[in-house]
Amino acid sequence: MTGTKRGSTGQIGARRKRVEDPRLLTGQGTFVDDIQLPGMLHLDFVRSTHAQARIAAIDTSEAAKCPGVVAVYTAEEIHGFVPLLPGPAELPGLRAPEHHVLANGHVRYVGEAVAAVVAEERYTARDAREAIRVDYEPLPAVTDMERALEADAPLVHEEFGSNLAFELPLGNETAAALEEADVVIQQRMLNQRVIPNTMETRGIVADYRRSDGQITVWLSTQAPHLIRSLLAELLDLPEHRLRVIAPDVGGGFGAKANLYGEEMLAVALAKQLGRPVKWIEERQEHMLATSHGRAQLAHVTLGAARDGTIRALELRILADMGAYPHIMTPLAPLQTAAVMTGCYRIPCARAEIQGVFTNTTAPDPYRGFGRAEAAYYLERAIDLLARRLDLDPIEVRRRNFIQPEEFPYSSPTGYVLESGDYEVCLRRALEKVDIGALRQQQGRLRSEGRYIGIGFASYVYRAGFPSLPKLPRTGFLKGGWESAWLRVDPMGKVTVLTGTSPHGQGLETSLAQIAADELDIDLEDVVVRHGDTASIPHGNGTMGSRSLAVGGSAVLLAAREVRHKALRLAAHHLGVEVDAVRLEAGRAFLPGHPERAISFADLADLSYSFLDLPDGMTPRLEASATFEPHNWNAPFGTHVCVVEVDVQTGEPKLLRYVAVDDCGRAVNPLIVEGQIHGGVAQGLGQALMETVVYDSEGQPLTVSFLEYATPTASDMPTLEVELTETPSPLNPLGARGVGESGTTGAPPALVNAVVDALAPFGVEHLDMPLLPERVWRVLHEAGAVR
Amino acid sequence: MIPSRFAYHAPRTVEDAIALLQSHGDEAKLLAGGHSLLPLMKLRLARVAHLIDIGRIEGLASIRQSESSIHIGAMTTHSELAESELLAQRQPLLPRAAIQIGDVQVRNSGTLGGSLAHADPAADLVPVLLALEAELRICGPAGERSLAAGDFFTSMFTTALAPDEILLEVRVPLAPANSRCSYEKVPHRASHLAVVGVAVQIEFTADGRCDQARLALTGLAPVPYRALAAEASLRGKTLSGESIEAAAQQVTDGVEPLSDLYAPADYRLHLARVTTARALASLAPL
Repeated sequence: MTGTKRGSTGQIGARRKRVEDPRLLTGQGTFVDDIQLPGMLHLDFVRSTHAQARIAAIDTSEAAKCPGVVAVYTAEEIHGFVPLLPGPAELPGLRAPEHHVLANGHVRYVGEAVAAVVAEERYTARDAREAIRVDYEPLPAVTDMERALEADAPLVHEEFGSNLAFELPLGNETAAALEEADVVIQQRMLNQRVIPNTMETRGIVADYRRSDGQITVWLSTQAPHLIRSLLAELLDLPEHRLRVIAPDVGGGFGAKANLYGEEMLAVALAKQLGRPVKWIEERQEHMLATSHGRAQLAHVTLGAARDGTIRALELRILADMGAYPHIMTPLAPLQTAAVMTGCYRIPCARAEIQGVFTNTTAPDPYRGFGRAEAAYYLERAIDLLARRLDLDPIEVRRRNFIQPEEFPYSSPTGYVLESGDYEVCLRRALEKVDIGALRQQQGRLRSEGRYIGIGFASYVYRAGFPSLPKLPRTGFLKGGWESAWLRVDPMGKVTVLTGTSPHGQGLETSLAQIAADELDIDLEDVVVRHGDTASIPHGNGTMGSRSLAVGGSAVLLAAREVRHKALRLAAHHLGVEVDAVRLEAGRAFLPGHPERAISFADLADLSYSFLDLPDGMTPRLEASATFEPHNWNAPFGTHVCVVEVDVQTGEPKLLRYVAVDDCGRAVNPLIVEGQIHGGVAQGLGQALMETVVYDSEGQPLTVSFLEYATPTASDMPTLEVELTETPSPLNPLGARGVGESGTTGAPPALVNAVVDALAPFGVEHLDMPLLPERVWRVLHEAGAVR
Repeated sequence: MIPSRFAYHAPRTVEDAIALLQSHGDEAKLLAGGHSLLPLMKLRLARVAHLIDIGRIEGLASIRQSESSIHIGAMTTHSELAESELLAQRQPLLPRAAIQIGDVQVRNSGTLGGSLAHADPAADLVPVLLALEAELRICGPAGERSLAAGDFFTSMFTTALAPDEILLEVRVPLAPANSRCSYEKVPHRASHLAVVGVAVQIEFTADGRCDQARLALTGLAPVPYRALAAEASLRGKTLSGESIEAAAQQVTDGVEPLSDLYAPADYRLHLARVTTARALASLAPL
């Protein structure tokens, strides 16, 4: 902390249960689908059943005749009033295809919206959708990035002449360092395509009031203000008459930080038809049409000295752009490149990035966006290096860690790490698993024909983005700053408004703790409001693990200002100098004179009474504050995973999972641990079971929970979580992000563990997900098992 | 997840349900627990104009013992099977399989009769009934009839039930004295259906040899089946590494295996042998 006193209520650092949970767990939350408006219409979409096809004809006549159908639309009918979607951020040389809300004569992935129907009832809309006949002329499709770059590959966008969307090199020279290295390891690694699968699918209600042009939009989103700006700009609506509300939102994972075609159409139609329009995404639509995650491939080259000192790292990255990249799609590999050297001192690092069009759903941010990929490549490569040099993978990590005194550390790819202590997380994790005993047990069991593996991952990523020079088309991202408004009501209760937009992170609790701590009042006396552009002046939303470190710092600054004002008012009331007054445990008083005191509630009341204020003081205890982080903060940690592989069936079984994570100051360790739990589960999901599979025609084969596996509680071992707290110098809370730590640490820890278990069979690498059949086949083909 | 239009019927008697089946023909479908049918309807993979909910007919959900059998009503849920004291004592193979079905919600809604009539090739209870040589009591317009489990499942998702018949009850023999049983399953990661499931009941002789082995597999073929060759190979033998291995090798004899993304044919065959060996090994005396 920077000088001011800590509240004696000790709210910061307290393991408070989440105040939002009773509402959410007893069904009293309000999600978009809970919004019912009089006269509301329902929107549904016909989606492409082909990965690539020309649309010869669309017959909507039958659908239009269905009783209760209000209107049916194809690209032609919306042409005049619905614009193109924004398209990807303009990287140098990037080729951006036109992205129509409804396919314009050609479809390029299964799930692309082709036609829309609006009806009086949800059921009617669904029936009418089926009555629309689309006549496709199928064309060859390509869903695999490597295949897409071959000269004879089908073209996703014929006009570009190839499927290469852009090429970008980043970093410094590696050739000489690799030349001089004693050992060079090379490995192709896949970061497979996954589906975010938020518990709540996407959804929108849009309402237009003809009398004054007011438009209200309820949207399941992570960033209501950004969406409002995009909608206003694209649909040419007056921003001040556009209100976007993110009610309770059932998860986003990055996939709801985007403006989608269905959403823009719903708003346009509400205005066009003069009636509220609702669209709720079905699960199958979510799997087809909401952005996917990861979908990256890298050829990793790591050069090192004989003693394990890393000399150079090179990544040749293929990043899937899908058919129509969203705004942030091309930024994923840039994120990968930025943090590719992880927590290690690697003097030479270079990434050669290629963005590739495929006939698939576009990937976009997904918990760990770009940085989880980087950690996976590097942590796998380090294990490969250790194996090659016959060194302990722990020692190789240690030998290369950036040391605490080396911060701030500038990486060759231009990322400045502000602080950290990587060794301490690693050491705690090793103590916690009792690595010595574990390795003895591993050796013993191996001789009995049982295969235990121990996997490590030491990660760092970057969270809480700062304000950056704007890339064209990313203008909707107004910056990395965040704001908070705090007001004390006449009875002394506090309302905090935040520009972050929590959707499962527990910020209604942790932000309230920050305010309660600074004002030294009870947590119950603070309420946090968010997600409504009519009541929150502005905000940049919740994404990229920014909300606590950046948004929470804004809350702290606002609370601090209110605290100072309360002290000045109390001093005036008590007739003393401000320095003589203390504010503690819900009252202001003179130390040593307990009778000379005023309660915080009375002080609040007084603040509304103009005649009782000191000269020049404005009424009310309230303040707003904005916090700009100036740089990304760097959460880090070490995860250790212990598995046993059933070599007969190929199934990896989780025995233990130890996570030691550092998010700087933990405002609410219970919530931090919850974030680790959720993130680790999601990361293990990617490592063990999640994958989108396409057939040779480009049909996705994993479009329901019958085929697409996600982890459940019963798949998880007991997670052993511990926190270290190395304060970040970048914000007054000393906090770092934590939301993406689990998805960053878990995949390499798990894969390293399985590969370690299978070391006796000569297995060096396996691509995720480590489905039993994949593991068995490797062993089977090596002749290790029948 | 919006089904096409359907009429909902909730008859109170078996007779009324049969009458509804007769009047609506192949436009009608019985609704038991709904855990297979309703998702299919919501995805519009199944279109049912008349949904006949038999959940309000009394007397279809019970587990009772007669002299030599246990009678289980078709509407008995998987949870009820899993938690039945009577079954645990007198025919434990059923609860051992039932507890491995889906998850808690599925087990609380899904029913024995619904699962059997749906005849999913990966259903967990089907091999159990095959191994136990269960009898199925069926009611139609002309009255009741009984059918052996082995004659009930005709092909993938198809049974010997006529369109106007209802499955009322399943009868399984009491577990013989000196028998042991096991249900060993490899669940699909996503669907939790059986990639391979092996139901075994072995009656041992006084000196610990296999007298009668009964072995049935699900998930492997279009219809779950008894592995008769494997059963025969065990007769008169003690359960040893050798006899188990020999039996396991034979459970896939003559099978045209199913194949999918999660388990291609060769892996599925391999899993069947491994799973059989494990099921048998779990019955071997300590």
